[in-house]
Amino acid sequence: MLLEVKDLKVSYGKIEAIKGISLNVNKGEIVTLVGANGAGKTTLLKTISGILKPSAGVINFEGKDIQSIAPHNRVLEGVCQAPEGRGIFPGMTVLENLEMGKYARPNWKNELAEDLDRIYILFPRLKERQSQFGGTLSGGEQQMLSIGRALMSRPRLLLLDEPSMGLAPMFIQQIFSIIREIQTQGVSILLVEQNAAQALSCANRAYILETGNIVKEGAGKDLLNDDAIKKAYLGTGA
Amino acid sequence: MDFSIVVSEFASLFLDGIVVGAIYALVALGYTLVYGVLRLINFAHSEIFMLGTFACLGVTMLLGYTGYEEPIGIGLFLVTFILITVVAAVASGSAAMLLEVVAYRRLRRKGANRLSSLISAIGASFFLVELFRLLTDSKDWDFPRLLDKNSLFEVSSAYVTADKLVVLIGAFGLMFALDRIIQGTRLGRGIRAVSQDEKTAVLMGVDVDKVIAFTFLIGGVLAGVASAFYMLFYEATKFNVGFLLGISAFTAAVLGGIGNIRGALAGSFALGLIQQFSSAILGYNWRDVVTFLILVLVLLFKPTGLFGEAIQRARV
Ligand SMILES: Nc1ncnc2c1ncn2[C@@H]1O[C@H](COP(=O)(O)OP(=O)(O)O)[C@@H](O)[C@H]1O
Ligand SMILES: [Mg+2]
Repeated sequence: MLLEVKDLKVSYGKIEAIKGISLNVNKGEIVTLVGANGAGKTTLLKTISGILKPSAGVINFEGKDIQSIAPHNRVLEGVCQAPEGRGIFPGMTVLENLEMGKYARPNWKNELAEDLDRIYILFPRLKERQSQFGGTLSGGEQQMLSIGRALMSRPRLLLLDEPSMGLAPMFIQQIFSIIREIQTQGVSILLVEQNAAQALSCANRAYILETGNIVKEGAGKDLLNDDAIKKAYLGTGA
Repeated sequence: MDFSIVVSEFASLFLDGIVVGAIYALVALGYTLVYGVLRLINFAHSEIFMLGTFACLGVTMLLGYTGYEEPIGIGLFLVTFILITVVAAVASGSAAMLLEVVAYRRLRRKGANRLSSLISAIGASFFLVELFRLLTDSKDWDFPRLLDKNSLFEVSSAYVTADKLVVLIGAFGLMFALDRIIQGTRLGRGIRAVSQDEKTAVLMGVDVDKVIAFTFLIGGVLAGVASAFYMLFYEATKFNVGFLLGISAFTAAVLGGIGNIRGALAGSFALGLIQQFSSAILGYNWRDVVTFLILVLVLLFKPTGLFGEAIQRARV
């Protein structure tokens, strides 16, 4: 098991946003966590990355408890995140943003050219925009940059927080096909989404999160055909 | 009011404006860099500068200067002045790092709001001023004349003297070095990342505490070097020397757009020139009034500074 989250609870002051959830990601999988706005998706990813501290529970990565590892050191453990809202550094160029994904890696200079090639094959658009400031990219391009930057850190687990948010349908298609492409390159993915239709059809396994609790789990395809889920998340209830 | 002086003395006023602006710039960079990473006005920064001026004075005392010597030759001067500058830079740099640990880090760890940090900044500033008032007997302290200040050559009405040349060459060299550090080193990229998006910087592996400590170090070193230039140029200091200089440097940083490095440079030279020309027209006593007026006007009407969005995007 690559990532194992057990009985995790996370609070903002007195408000408990994650109320004791367990989930896991196996090597090579795309796992999605689907939930409405405010369900606690971003809170979970921030906790895995160490930006928030849980009040209870365990987070194991590759069999090792990572909670004692400082947030900025977790990327070296092999976990990197493309955060909600993309987190592009607006005053850095596309290339500089990508290089930031290498910040933690001691041997980054030797890896740079090879990884840039790999990412420019995945996102040819970024190569064209190399020297443009991150803040001047369109939403879809920023999302590509955010994912590309996370990949620069050579993660074994990629955390994606609503990559489809605010994108035109054409871009959404493209982003999800790239996510599958990344999976074939051997990176496991935990994908958090409101866009249930796309996320469930892309994922191997899925969890449904409602106000801090996991209410259902199963194979992506099965949940796609689940009546309750169709009704609540896909707007095509029977 | 005498406007004709602006024409007849233009070159001279311009030169002095640039020299004063260069000193402001080195201090203004400290305000702007710290604001970038912490979103905090480090009001104790002016005292880091003040501490530097006394470090300069201390070196000359240890070297046995009494203030009545003849200026020394250029070779000996360079060695002496480099020593003074390095000591001031080390003193101010380490004081700035200590300040960060004592006055800000603990508050930050506790998640304190910005007002608490601001109060802590002002408290640290008062503490240092009063400490130095006691240590220095509230006296004016003169700095020995190290360099012959006779004119080397003239450009139009401007007498170019050796001290002004040293300040200009030194300050521009340092600005270039800073640019290389910010653009070309790992910690420099960390400073830019934390300034632009702190949370994402952490996700990329940036150690924010380390970056903040490094930022205070850079700001302190620049203020220390500025204090050596200041002593060479003005040849006197006092426990409250940081106040007006700090206000000028802070005004320059705000004028250029706080958090913006190029803005701080542009604002500093602009303010240096404005001060020289307005002093020439209105009289020297109006200099600080003009400075405060600019600060208030910018804060009221253009809080993002003169350069606004365009440079803002290229910030840090
Ligand atoms: N900084 C915060 N302070 C207090 N409450 C928060 C904060 N961030 C999120 N929350 C609350 O926690 C819950 C989960 O939020 P979030 O994880 O952002 O949900 P999602 O990403 O699924 O939309 C929501 O009720 C939200 O209002
Ligand atoms: Mg969210």
